[in-house]
Amino acid sequence: MEPFTQHTGVGVPLRRSNVDTDQIIPAVYLKRVSRTGFEDGLFAAWRSDEQFVLNQEPFRNGSVLVAGQDFGTGSSREHAVWALMNYGFRVVISSRFADIFRGNAGKQGLVAAQCEHSDVEQLWKILENDPGTEVEVDLRDMTVRAKDFQARFEIDEYTRWRLLEGLDDIALTLRHANDIDTFEVSRPAWKPVTTAQPSH
Amino acid sequence: MATEHGRTLAEKVWDAHVVRQGDGAEPDLLYIDLHLVHEVTSPQAFDGLRLANRPVRRPDLTIATEDHNVPTTDIDLPIADPVSRTQVDTLRRNCAEFGVRLHPMGDAEQGIVHVVGPQLGLTQPGMTVVCGDSHTSTHGAFGALAFGIGTSEVEHVLATQTLPLRPFKTMAINVHGELQPGVTAKDIILAVIAKIGTGGGQGYVLEYRGEAIEALSMEARMTICNMSIEAGARAGMIAPDQVTFDYVAGRAHAPSGADWDAAVAAWSALRTDSDATFDAEVDIDASALTPFVTWGTNPGQGLPLGESVPDPETIADEGTRLAAEKALSYMDLAPGTPLREIAVDTVFLGSCTNGRIEDLRAAAEVLRGRKVAESVRMLVVPGSMRVRVSAEAEGLDAVFTEAGAEWRQAGCSMCLGMNPDQLAPGERSASTSNRNFEGRQGKGGRTHLVSPLVAAATAVRGTLSSPADLSDTPGDGSEAVLAGTGSGAVDAD
Repeated sequence: MEPFTQHTGVGVPLRRSNVDTDQIIPAVYLKRVSRTGFEDGLFAAWRSDEQFVLNQEPFRNGSVLVAGQDFGTGSSREHAVWALMNYGFRVVISSRFADIFRGNAGKQGLVAAQCEHSDVEQLWKILENDPGTEVEVDLRDMTVRAKDFQARFEIDEYTRWRLLEGLDDIALTLRHANDIDTFEVSRPAWKPVTTAQPSH
Repeated sequence: MATEHGRTLAEKVWDAHVVRQGDGAEPDLLYIDLHLVHEVTSPQAFDGLRLANRPVRRPDLTIATEDHNVPTTDIDLPIADPVSRTQVDTLRRNCAEFGVRLHPMGDAEQGIVHVVGPQLGLTQPGMTVVCGDSHTSTHGAFGALAFGIGTSEVEHVLATQTLPLRPFKTMAINVHGELQPGVTAKDIILAVIAKIGTGGGQGYVLEYRGEAIEALSMEARMTICNMSIEAGARAGMIAPDQVTFDYVAGRAHAPSGADWDAAVAAWSALRTDSDATFDAEVDIDASALTPFVTWGTNPGQGLPLGESVPDPETIADEGTRLAAEKALSYMDLAPGTPLREIAVDTVFLGSCTNGRIEDLRAAAEVLRGRKVAESVRMLVVPGSMRVRVSAEAEGLDAVFTEAGAEWRQAGCSMCLGMNPDQLAPGERSASTSNRNFEGRQGKGGRTHLVSPLVAAATAVRGTLSSPADLSDTPGDGSEAVLAGTGSGAVDAD
């Protein structure tokens, strides 16, 4: 994973709450077996409407999405994160993220920055009043800036550290392989295994 | 999750799986007892293993099935959609290469991953269960800590059989009293989600408690835990009891002999201590519930069937009002329309929420001797091949086909429309599935979430209905529900 310290890019106001992962990428786009090429599925239904924000010129090349509360609800599909990143987004700002989406984002290097809803409202106004305004997101001091506006955002401290360092989660866990070995020895023998022949 | 006082069920299961305690900066490392795999969220994970030259650490704790893409007709033919076929073929190659047991299309044990685990007896109390699918919360009905994960985490579990996680908060959902006849587990969970909202459970494990929960069969409990994610929760759990033990006993992978006694002794301790405290509590009066349906585009936008489409003008909170306006526009519904007058053209009975044998029995009781309305197509999609075989042994397939419904093969089907079973733009369904998101069942499709009883009655009348709305005489289906307190075994054997 590429380290993430700071990013500046065009902010995109998405005035919707409850943006579920079926909206971010509908199921019919989930059939690829790679991690790339999902950008066409991003907000596929909404993008067929030419009024949709990503079809407006200054926002088309946006990289910081500013969305309403409860972003990424529903399906666990990591394709939602891949679609956003394949399209060019590096950051999503919202006042509340669904747990699984936030976890997926953290694994892939997409920053899910949680702000107060009043901050989201202010950002929306700035981005709508002056389309094309750049938003700066700094993971080091957990601050989002746009013009004169500045606010702190929240992100899980462990995720922040991994993103700043660009560390692979699996490699980190495998440092504790001995602990896993020890734990496995202590597991009750009656716990099921999938490989056993049915005994009844 | 360790506390000085008593512990909740979720905390007990968590504590028993901590491989390595977190140190503040680093999260706990949690051991995973069972990893369920399907074709959609696994190909990139297996690719990652190959790239890093890592094996699957515990193929013996891993099991795969084909469910999301599979067609529900002509399953003896190759999958027509080449992209779907590639995804399914990729799973087959990956399982063969990494030594993972797979139940492919056409296999006697194939089905929706969350139906397959319990019916094989692989889902047991006190386990940690994960899958690259948000409805993994289903398995919490056994007192397991079960939650959906993304593909990166799928790869992590394949490689290490663990996940680094921060403890979840706990929320008690106390469901008091006794359900009225004709009111089901689906109505309970839709009412819970309407009450706490789609984000209300965020960061929590929900524990469903109270007399109404204890009176439910295992399958009904699975329906409730299944939809915990629709309230934003990581997981839902129900303390195991005799109903649970009876359901697990004798299944292919259940412990037997002395192992069974040891397991039951351990499972019996899996109850929230009387001096434990939850981070939040919610109370629901089961006796006041009536059949519940959704009117909007998220599962929290639901109401009792007897009510009318809400008027956004009367909603004070701006965000909620805006969401309601957008939902009604998408759903093409006018405020004030009685929900019972909403006409549907499709009824879908199936999914990991309501595709088990008791669900099919309940719907069949309503349909027996009746006809699906001319204007309606009804798809009945069993949750697994085993459910299908059981239903056929009971003659339920004949009840459905004689009523005019289509009797299909097992899979996720129209719940998410990854296979050919989709709504056309503008079509409207009553669906026993779990999500009424925009376009979920097909681009431009409109979904009302309902129980199997409401689905069947709606199929007959052509508008959202409960069995009580059917004026002719055949059984109202309530007897099937009331009988659904036993073991609920789905085995044909």
